Amino acid sequence: MNKEELIAKLKPIIAPYIQDEESFKNLTEDTDFVNDLKINSANLVDIILDIEDAFDIRLENEDMEQMLDVKSAMNIVTQKLQG
Amino acid sequence: MTATEIIALLPYEVPFLFVDGIDEISELGVTGHYTFRKKAFFYEGHFKNNPVTPGVILTECMAQIGLVCLGIFLIKDELDLSRKPQIALTSHQMDFYLPVLPGQKVIVRSEKEVFRFNKLKCKVSMFNSKGDMVARGSISGMLKA
Repeated sequence: MNKEELIAKLKPIIAPYIQDEESFKNLTEDTDFVNDLKINSANLVDIILDIEDAFDIRLENEDMEQMLDVKSAMNIVTQKLQG
Repeated sequence: MTATEIIALLPYEVPFLFVDGIDEISELGVTGHYTFRKKAFFYEGHFKNNPVTPGVILTECMAQIGLVCLGIFLIKDELDLSRKPQIALTSHQMDFYLPVLPGQKVIVRSEKEVFRFNKLKCKVSMFNSKGDMVARGSISGMLKA
């Protein structure tokens, strides 16, 4: 899966939980979940659980702590898919 | 961990404590009860000359028993007893079926759906003393020792 495909797969997972529509429209790898999209901590957990289901992977606490923006989410998913 | 210990750790007090007792608690869920005091402050205004327990208060009672008591039990091994656990309600969806009048006792049953990354989500129902369902829904919150 290349970067564009990965972002395209992540976007609908993130969509239900965003508060800032404008930032979501302009989503890039550097978009921050909390500061840009204004997602709350509980919905960040929902995103992680939905990512687990969508990619059939299992994420741990340290993955959660690193998953602050789209780029880190992409890195973690890519790592888990390879591992 | 005993019911009394859990209730002592709750961050609420009168007039906003809506837990009288815990009847059963495990990793899977909790059952508890509360009797609405006839003189509770909200009956003065809800409604005019017609006291009925507000839905938000029923939801609060369901959250205190179903989410917070259960949450404290689930994180009991990480708890530092000198500090109260940190708790935040993050979402709820609730359907109401019957009114609860001043002085009525309710029983709250909660079933854990997910507890991961500090987020607890529960299916919670409330019954009156006849066993009829008063309300049912889903409540989520974040909690940390």
